[in-house]
Amino acid sequence: MTPTTTGIGPLRIGEPIENGSFLSVLESRGLQPEWKLDSPLTSPLPEATTVLALTWADGVLMAGDRRATAGNVIAHKRVRKVYPSDEYSAVAISGTAGMAIELIRLFQTELEHYEKIEGARLSLEGKSNYLARMIRGNLALAFQGLVVIPLFCGFDEIAQRGRLFSFDVVGGRYDELNYATTGSGGAEAKSFLKSEWQADLGRDAALALAVEALIAASEEDAATGGPDIRRGIYPSIVTVTTDGVEEVKDEELEATTAAIIETRP
Amino acid sequence: MTTPFYVPPEQLVKDRADFARKGVSRGRPIVVLQLKVGILLIGENPSPSLRKIGEIYDRIAFAGVGRFNEFETLRVAGIRYADLKGYSYARTDVTGKSLANAYSQTLGQIFSHEIKPYEVDIVVAEVGQELSEDKLFRVQFDGTLRDADRFVVLGAGEEPIAERISTSLNTEMSLDEAVALAADSITHVEEREIGTSEWETGFLERSAERRAFRRLNPTELESALDS
Repeated sequence: MTPTTTGIGPLRIGEPIENGSFLSVLESRGLQPEWKLDSPLTSPLPEATTVLALTWADGVLMAGDRRATAGNVIAHKRVRKVYPSDEYSAVAISGTAGMAIELIRLFQTELEHYEKIEGARLSLEGKSNYLARMIRGNLALAFQGLVVIPLFCGFDEIAQRGRLFSFDVVGGRYDELNYATTGSGGAEAKSFLKSEWQADLGRDAALALAVEALIAASEEDAATGGPDIRRGIYPSIVTVTTDGVEEVKDEELEATTAAIIETRP
Repeated sequence: MTTPFYVPPEQLVKDRADFARKGVSRGRPIVVLQLKVGILLIGENPSPSLRKIGEIYDRIAFAGVGRFNEFETLRVAGIRYADLKGYSYARTDVTGKSLANAYSQTLGQIFSHEIKPYEVDIVVAEVGQELSEDKLFRVQFDGTLRDADRFVVLGAGEEPIAERISTSLNTEMSLDEAVALAADSITHVEEREIGTSEWETGFLERSAERRAFRRLNPTELESALDS
């Protein structure tokens, strides 16, 4: 359908919006985010690398390093890859950074839009399925090298526990147990978590485990940035529990990181 | 060919306004109060699912009386408008003023062009960082847009309720005191008891960092009504 007018325009009363989603509202005005490539890219774009999620006693935790690379260049040192998506869930990105950040913004708006219109939040299952659909919509570009692979986690208000989801490039959605990783340093982080993760970790232990897994990844993967205490660069970490999403402050991570670097072989 | 009857425009507008006013004045009242702690929206609503008060954006709330399907249409259109603006530009660019203006344009258009005007009366409330930055807009069925100060009363018994509130309202009041004042004014004018579960509330909390809108939970509401 070609939109009759583009732009935000005036308030529209009673317009028929298919399935009521915010993306459909954008599409009806020709404002949906779109990337078109006529041929594969010749120069590399900034990419976000290692992110991980794990369960702990009170819920789930999600962490990511801060480096973005474009080919062999470090494009950004302080990129954020972990974002709260609403009060009870968080999403982390790996892949083409520019696209991923826009998709997350759209995902956040979509969840809030649904909640306001319906007067109730989507279920965690519903949120993860919607995210899978967004990734699937991106398949054609993925084959041209513009890949976006997120991790999603949240507190399931129905099941009353934290849950993790990983995805693949065709929008396959996988319900993960205990921990999940993605990105170029993901394999390294995963093998670290495999040997160190335990059930019912406390908050401090879970934070330390996440930070150390990222450090382990950064030691093996050039595209993953380790913490830089001198410049004040720490991983971004978000926890989700019955009380909702909480972003862990840098001050807290500074102590955790320093202690780990001290003891690491 | 038959010639249509001539109806003078004054008569047409008057008939439409009378019709809409009649519909609105049957609606159960809603009170919006400006306080130091935030903005309270409260009204009687026996239905727990068909809402009259709702969140539009970070610091903006909506309340409507009249025909449910009509103000619900306006509420949904408002959310779409606000989310589109916030997504296209930035969250801080979504303002109550532009939303109230959009509502006013739309209702004005419907009043003069559609077969029947909307039978609604709505409020757009925006809580600022400071009390002086708060905005209370009232938009009526014909698109009349007014900027209210301190409080707004919509629906049946508007005048006597407003009179009671204006004498006792004080911005220094706590949320509990404000709930009690609004509930007391409405029950007094309506001359009947209203159960705790029959109140619908919305509160824009001034100190909130992002989404300021929340509803009072049953225990909060009960203790406020008892105070």
